[in-house]
Amino acid sequence: MSARRPIPRWADVALLPAINLLLALIVSGLVVLFVGENPFHAIQVIIYGAFGYGEGVGYTLYYATNFIFTGLAVAVAAHAGLFNIGGDGQAYVAGLGAIVVALALDQTHWLIAMPLAVIAAGAVGGFWAFVPGWLQAKRGSHVVITTIMFNFIAAALMVYMVNRVLKPASTMAPESETIDVAGRVPQLRQFFSFFGYSPVNLSIVIAIAALIGVYILIWHTKFGYAMRVLGQNPTASRYAGISNSRMIMITMTISGALAGMVAINEVMGVQNRLVLDFVAGAGFVGIAVALMGRNHPIGIALAAVLFGALYQGGQELQFVIPGITREMIVVIQALVILFTGAMEGLFRPALERAFMLFSPEQKADAIAASTAKTES
Amino acid sequence: MKFNMFTKALAGGVALSAMLTGVALADPAVIYDLGGKFDKSFNEAAYNGAEAWKAETGGSFLDLELQNDAQREQALRRFAGQGANPIVMAGFSWTAALTAVATEFPDTNFVVIDTVVDAPNVQSIIFDEHTGSYLVGVLAALKSETGTVGFIGGMDVPLIHKFYCGYAQGAKAANPDIKLIENYTGTTPAAWNDPVTAGELAKAGVDAGADVIFAAAGGSGLGVLQAMKDAGKFSIGVDSNQNYLQPGSVLTSMVKRVDVAVKTALTEAADDATFKPGLTIMGLAEDGVGYAVDDNNEALLTPEMIAAAEDYKAKIIAGEIAVHDYTTDSTCPL
Repeated sequence: MSARRPIPRWADVALLPAINLLLALIVSGLVVLFVGENPFHAIQVIIYGAFGYGEGVGYTLYYATNFIFTGLAVAVAAHAGLFNIGGDGQAYVAGLGAIVVALALDQTHWLIAMPLAVIAAGAVGGFWAFVPGWLQAKRGSHVVITTIMFNFIAAALMVYMVNRVLKPASTMAPESETIDVAGRVPQLRQFFSFFGYSPVNLSIVIAIAALIGVYILIWHTKFGYAMRVLGQNPTASRYAGISNSRMIMITMTISGALAGMVAINEVMGVQNRLVLDFVAGAGFVGIAVALMGRNHPIGIALAAVLFGALYQGGQELQFVIPGITREMIVVIQALVILFTGAMEGLFRPALERAFMLFSPEQKADAIAASTAKTES
Repeated sequence: MKFNMFTKALAGGVALSAMLTGVALADPAVIYDLGGKFDKSFNEAAYNGAEAWKAETGGSFLDLELQNDAQREQALRRFAGQGANPIVMAGFSWTAALTAVATEFPDTNFVVIDTVVDAPNVQSIIFDEHTGSYLVGVLAALKSETGTVGFIGGMDVPLIHKFYCGYAQGAKAANPDIKLIENYTGTTPAAWNDPVTAGELAKAGVDAGADVIFAAAGGSGLGVLQAMKDAGKFSIGVDSNQNYLQPGSVLTSMVKRVDVAVKTALTEAADDATFKPGLTIMGLAEDGVGYAVDDNNEALLTPEMIAAAEDYKAKIIAGEIAVHDYTTDSTCPL
């Protein structure tokens, strides 16, 4: 009876997420129906808002850029068996590195400012994840606890830094000085007018590079192999001569540095200044993105675009259908996260059974396997 | 099949956009800040002002709640592009977005509350929170029997320090020996909606001897009002008139008439003839800020206290007393 076989890979990476997404949309549709609006109209508005016109596409890609970074941060840590839920805090403090470099170099050229800001943001974000990594490796404090605690420390630190250090006396809002035009990351709309006024910028190129880089790192390097061994069996990796504590610290640092890239997109590409809470929860969405994307760069890219579309489409929904409030949009987004992230395994057993029923070959295999077990 | 559905959706979307751009809406628009429309405080006051305008004129307005900072420019362009006029924004975080968008839509009138944007088609409305806070500081010091008064702010930002600084100056003016306890609920935007922490801070303040506490903390202030009521002491509300929330315990409220500002803006800025671009200061003289007296707190304020407060008010309006504004130099000389 226990002869359930894993579902084929294509079903695992495509069918299961599709079913989860569909279910999330159905439940969201019921919620929309409940407040007295037409769910089909709502879904149409979301799709049009996210992909129907240049500016919408630009916004979708802008959100997706953030989610790619935070999704990759979660995925890299996950491959080493670490659950980094501090992406929010790591991205937040990374803003500090980005803004300091950007303000210092905004009279030069973005080609100089951007790479240095990437390094600075990566270093600060990486450090913010390194400390929990060190605590895990050397003191056994669980990263889940420490990374989430570091989110609060980050929030407090940034409020202090923005209000007391970075804020020019003349401005009212808690925000840093504005980066001069020369030091800003160029917007894609400067090259393609297609994107309208949307804030998608060259950071997306870094995001794509990061996707490729993470793929190579995890599956085509010695380090990535060691990481995966650690993730699957820490005892085995120790036995194989891998220093687990060293791996944990380096992996967490890489993870934090990836999350820190959100700061390049937000601080240097969009806001052009450091504002409070600029991460806006992208770190947590990253967890869902990584889960839905099966910790694989291609999956993460697709999931990031999906969540970007939900953010942008949700905003469109508010413009077009006044009956749907901001809270309703959060409910819809949360349902998608719930079904595709937290409950992603909900239909796995059912799917496994269904595949066995419809595939005689698999059924024969299963029977053979179960008989073999009883005989031995 | 999937492709087919997508193209259908796209076609529907195109029809939708044609509908959107075809109809020019002349309705005014109100955009709230991240706190949300129903925060029982600042944004809700803006909403109430718009509703009051609607009830009076029978007009209708568009409104929008933001989810993140990146949506500010998007929302402004969207409404301006639809032909909404005027567009009213509540909150001090609009500076950068409005500066960028105002020049793109020279024919649209913009009104922004709590910050200053210098453009020919923008009216910036600023409130003198420090003078209003000064007056409730006077009342607090006169009411206090222990000689200690407290202050509980929401998020630790300069705007709230401005409240505290005015309050402290007023308290010191009425009683030079007064002891002040200053607290902030938190350092993140969550501090605007954390009545439990704020209530605990109020209890700690009572333990330290405070018998009047001013809560400038948005939704968190409700916890302060409750805690002071439970302790049999006094509290001071903020932004809206909160005297009714705990009658007999709320000494007064430092009202900031955001609702009046929004209502006036919706009426005046719709017409270029009455639109007042530039800086508008809502102070004591304009009744933009002040202390609230109604049936709920009449018994708590003696005629002498009212007379003292009115005296200070007249002196501030006349310029005899200069109340220091924290936000000009980020210091609070006491």
